[in-house]
Amino acid sequence: MDATLPIIILALPLFMFLLLGLAGVKMSHKAAAWLGILGMGTTATLSYITAFTYFFSQNPEFVSATGERLQHVVFNLTWLAFTPDLVISLGFLLDPISALMLVVITTISFMVHLYSLGYMEGERGFQRYYAFLSLFSFSMLGLVVATNIFQMYIFWELVGASSYLLIGFFYTKHSAVSASKKAFIVTRFADLGFLIGILVLSYYSQTFDFIRLTTDSSWVLASTGGATFMGASVLTWALVLIFMGGMGKSAMLPLHIWLPDAMEGPTPVSALIHAATMVVAGVFLVARMFPVYILEGSATTIIVVVGALTAFYAAMVACTQIDIKRVLAFSTISQIAFMMVSLGVASSGNGEVCHHGLGYMASLFHMFTHAMFKALLFLGAGALIHAVHSNDYTAMGGLRKYMPITHWTFLIGCLAIAGIPPFSGFFSKDEILSAAYAWSPYVGIWMTVVAALTAFYMFRLYYLIFWWNNPDYGHHTPHDSPWCMNVPLVFLAAVSCVAGFIPFGHFVTWNRMPYDIHLDPVIAVSSVVIALLAIALATRMYARENSLPARFRAAMPRLWDWCYHRFYWDELYIFITHRIIFNGICRPIAWFDRHIIDGTMDSFATLANRASDEIKPLQSGQIQQYVWIYLMGALALGVITILCLI
Amino acid sequence: MFSNPLIYFVVIPLVMLGLLALCSNIRQIRAVAVTGSLALTALSVWLVVEYLHLRAASDAPMLFLGSWAWFAPLNINLSVGVDGISVAMLLLSSVIVLAGSFASWEIKEPKAFFLWLILLSTGVFGFFISIDLFTMFMFYEVALIPMYLLIGVWGSGKKNYSAMKLTLMLMGGSAFLMLGLIGIYYHSAPAGQPLTWNILEIAANANIDKNWQYFLFPMTFVGFGVLGAMFPFHTWSPDGHASAPTAVSMLHAGVLMKLGGYGCFRVAIYLMPQAANDLAWIFLILTGISVVYGAFSACVQTDLKYINAYSSVSHCGLVLFAILMLNTTAMTGAIMQMLSHGLMTALFFALIGMIYGRTHTRDIREMGGMMKILPYLAVCYMIAGFASLGLPGLSGFVAEMTIFVGSFQSGMTDLLAGHGALRLTFTILACCSIVITAVYILRVVGKLLLGPVYDEHHLALTDATWWERLSTAMLIVCVAGIGCFPNFFNNLINFTFSPEIFTVLGLR
Repeated sequence: MDATLPIIILALPLFMFLLLGLAGVKMSHKAAAWLGILGMGTTATLSYITAFTYFFSQNPEFVSATGERLQHVVFNLTWLAFTPDLVISLGFLLDPISALMLVVITTISFMVHLYSLGYMEGERGFQRYYAFLSLFSFSMLGLVVATNIFQMYIFWELVGASSYLLIGFFYTKHSAVSASKKAFIVTRFADLGFLIGILVLSYYSQTFDFIRLTTDSSWVLASTGGATFMGASVLTWALVLIFMGGMGKSAMLPLHIWLPDAMEGPTPVSALIHAATMVVAGVFLVARMFPVYILEGSATTIIVVVGALTAFYAAMVACTQIDIKRVLAFSTISQIAFMMVSLGVASSGNGEVCHHGLGYMASLFHMFTHAMFKALLFLGAGALIHAVHSNDYTAMGGLRKYMPITHWTFLIGCLAIAGIPPFSGFFSKDEILSAAYAWSPYVGIWMTVVAALTAFYMFRLYYLIFWWNNPDYGHHTPHDSPWCMNVPLVFLAAVSCVAGFIPFGHFVTWNRMPYDIHLDPVIAVSSVVIALLAIALATRMYARENSLPARFRAAMPRLWDWCYHRFYWDELYIFITHRIIFNGICRPIAWFDRHIIDGTMDSFATLANRASDEIKPLQSGQIQQYVWIYLMGALALGVITILCLI
Repeated sequence: MFSNPLIYFVVIPLVMLGLLALCSNIRQIRAVAVTGSLALTALSVWLVVEYLHLRAASDAPMLFLGSWAWFAPLNINLSVGVDGISVAMLLLSSVIVLAGSFASWEIKEPKAFFLWLILLSTGVFGFFISIDLFTMFMFYEVALIPMYLLIGVWGSGKKNYSAMKLTLMLMGGSAFLMLGLIGIYYHSAPAGQPLTWNILEIAANANIDKNWQYFLFPMTFVGFGVLGAMFPFHTWSPDGHASAPTAVSMLHAGVLMKLGGYGCFRVAIYLMPQAANDLAWIFLILTGISVVYGAFSACVQTDLKYINAYSSVSHCGLVLFAILMLNTTAMTGAIMQMLSHGLMTALFFALIGMIYGRTHTRDIREMGGMMKILPYLAVCYMIAGFASLGLPGLSGFVAEMTIFVGSFQSGMTDLLAGHGALRLTFTILACCSIVITAVYILRVVGKLLLGPVYDEHHLALTDATWWERLSTAMLIVCVAGIGCFPNFFNNLINFTFSPEIFTVLGLR
């Protein structure tokens, strides 16, 4: 394939970032925004062309004679050569998952660019906002098309930084600044694991290249056969450490604490970065390294366990939050955990895939559908916040009459995430449940419970926003948003209605061989019934103002408290960072440095001073003293000489 | 003598000194300082190009060799020569001298200030071009002494204490160093041959026996290590930097501390590889501690310069740490880290000076919301911060990653060969510094630049002037240049650490 299009796809957002970042201040708001939108629109068009060419052209570069989709390196430029083997390249790898992500990222990014035109209108630093959006898009695109794990790490850090900049966009607010700092440091900590994982892996494989890592398995045997560390093979360690990077970015327990706080950023940013694209980077990473993960059962088991716990935890917390963006944030954590579990259950743990690798396909399918409906929900939440100037559902209620477009699109989003057919979430979630049941019935049941909780908390949110009662909206009645905010809502809602019918198995599978998806009727029917029951419960509790929620809360106060306070994870982290690290390590070290190390140095100086003070009287200038010393010295020498002679 | 281009690195500053002495007003002084440093920068850029060009045709370890007798009875010569490392260091020094000249545009008593500053740079440039141990040491001292006056006269805070402390501690290091160098001289050649100070000849003779190496290696390594802010000899750095005027902090942290790392490689390791291999563990522990210890200390400081000084302890510790890995990749990373740290720390000190010049405080508890008041300076500070915490696309990332990859390879090789896990353990410990660095950098960024405006009086401050913009923009371009095109510098440097040279030295 010609490298022109891919190069433009990467270069255009970068160029837009530099242009808007350096010259944006001189532009009007409108000009900067439309430049950004135009740039992203072009990138999106080109990405669509690239992805469609890849999937549909039947070019022998992309599809082998047996129907297997091939991994195609469009270009690969040496960026930094550590040794002849260990080379960081910057390249463009086109394969099913990167083509899929190209479409997802550019679609959502374009929608967010457009939406922000209305949402961010009149904000200080409007041009800067568009510049950062472009930077993020560039970094995210670079991440998904990475040809080697180090390129991925580079862009991984860059998305982290753009996320930092965008969360802290309203930088005069304390909460935004500390949220951005928290997000960066927590993910940095996870990246430390990722980095060490890369180092371990590359020591054995002597390559960073994904294609070599995933196809040539001779190095794997070399590393698994020999060294072990604390009872686990080196490969397990490497894979778990790499997964740790993914846990950080994808907000898995216990590294999830940054994502709810990240909602301090502008809402369109939450839709783009903290719902649809960056937070699924961890899933993408595991999917990219999947052929290696298959080889190590303990690593995939850890993925399943972490994912299952996170999914349940986040769903529980989402049932109690007041801030609508936080409900969506915990819902995101829970849904990403679904994808993680799904990837984990695709491997049977003994070097084989489980259930034809269905979990792998389901995970990426869910990533695709989730990106669309969660971006929709976030953008809808943005429209609501824009209308009532508050993040809390307590300030909302009864809004369905005033904001019909927002209402209907939000409802579609809720139906999709709850898994009601024919909306897209049903299809992808059903595949995940099938894969989970095939791996272990316990995991399947567990995930079904989480799916029911999902339906419950989403409809709780829906009813509390659009039904319940009508509060006093203050001096003006809420109304629907301008066209530039409605277009993305309608578009994403439309996608959420139809995306489920895409024959996803034809495009993305673990071994890149197409196959047909079929629904498992038992699981499909039972999960729909359970979801409907959960929705019914939510309707009973929240459709009209009543005392049932308060009674529930009073019946189990302890549980409610723990959920509402997110199981006190943040308090635990504050204890560790402030009390233990800051007061227990940093301060003593700083004290030690000033008083012990530097004190020793100073005491040398004091000692020298003292010594010179002591011998100073010898140089008194008094003749009598000099003569006295001279005579005594001569006498002493004389005595010594005589003694020696005798 | 004057046909050798390297000699001009010393001649230009000397001419500048002469001209400065003749200057009578500030315009002339500025003209001399800027023209001279521009000439030096142009010369070093030309040298990089010419060096790469000539190297393609030759495999000599050093190029542009020249030697002129100075004191024949002791065989002291002014011997010059450069390899990729010295070329990179010369480039770094000239850029920082240029940026420093712009940063001291409005210094008081400019004539005397620039005289001392240029004398200091003479020492620096002379050090990097010398390959004769004696002249090298002489230039080293020339670079150290002016520091005392520059801090003592133009400094701020407890300047007399700091100036004295810095000078005495570095002189203490020099004493070790001188012992070491004289020891090397007396073992430089086999019996019957004339003794020599020339590094290339000493290395070729390889005559220092093992026991003497065990004695002389710590002498020279500690001697240079003091200047490289090695734990526990680093305490001059926070006080010294805090009291020094802007341009001096820039030059000192940006270039002078690099003399330490450069000397450790060029003298201690290059001439005594056996001891470097056997005794590395002692210094790996010390420098490994430096890396983490400096970073943790920086987390609780409240003075901007102290934060940066401790961060320098951490970053320079990484330089010495990587050099001791005795592995091509790690050592290349060490030099990259010197370049990177030199540029970004100079940028940091320039910005701190500019902010201090406006707010008259360096205490982060008394400032806030600078992004709103001084957007240009704040954005520059943020970029410097990102470079420091290792954001890809800026220089810190490539340097650190090269070091980590190299060190890890070295550590794993050690471990699998049954030499213990020391290197690996300390490599992983050093990797942890990327998290701690993020903590203290974002702490400063959050308090100083972001958040609400702390002091209403600060609202009246004006943003950067043109010379301040020039000075900082120049450094940012260099930081981004290394970060975006690292392979150029990688190729420039790692030739020197090529495996052939290691086999000659009997290293791994």
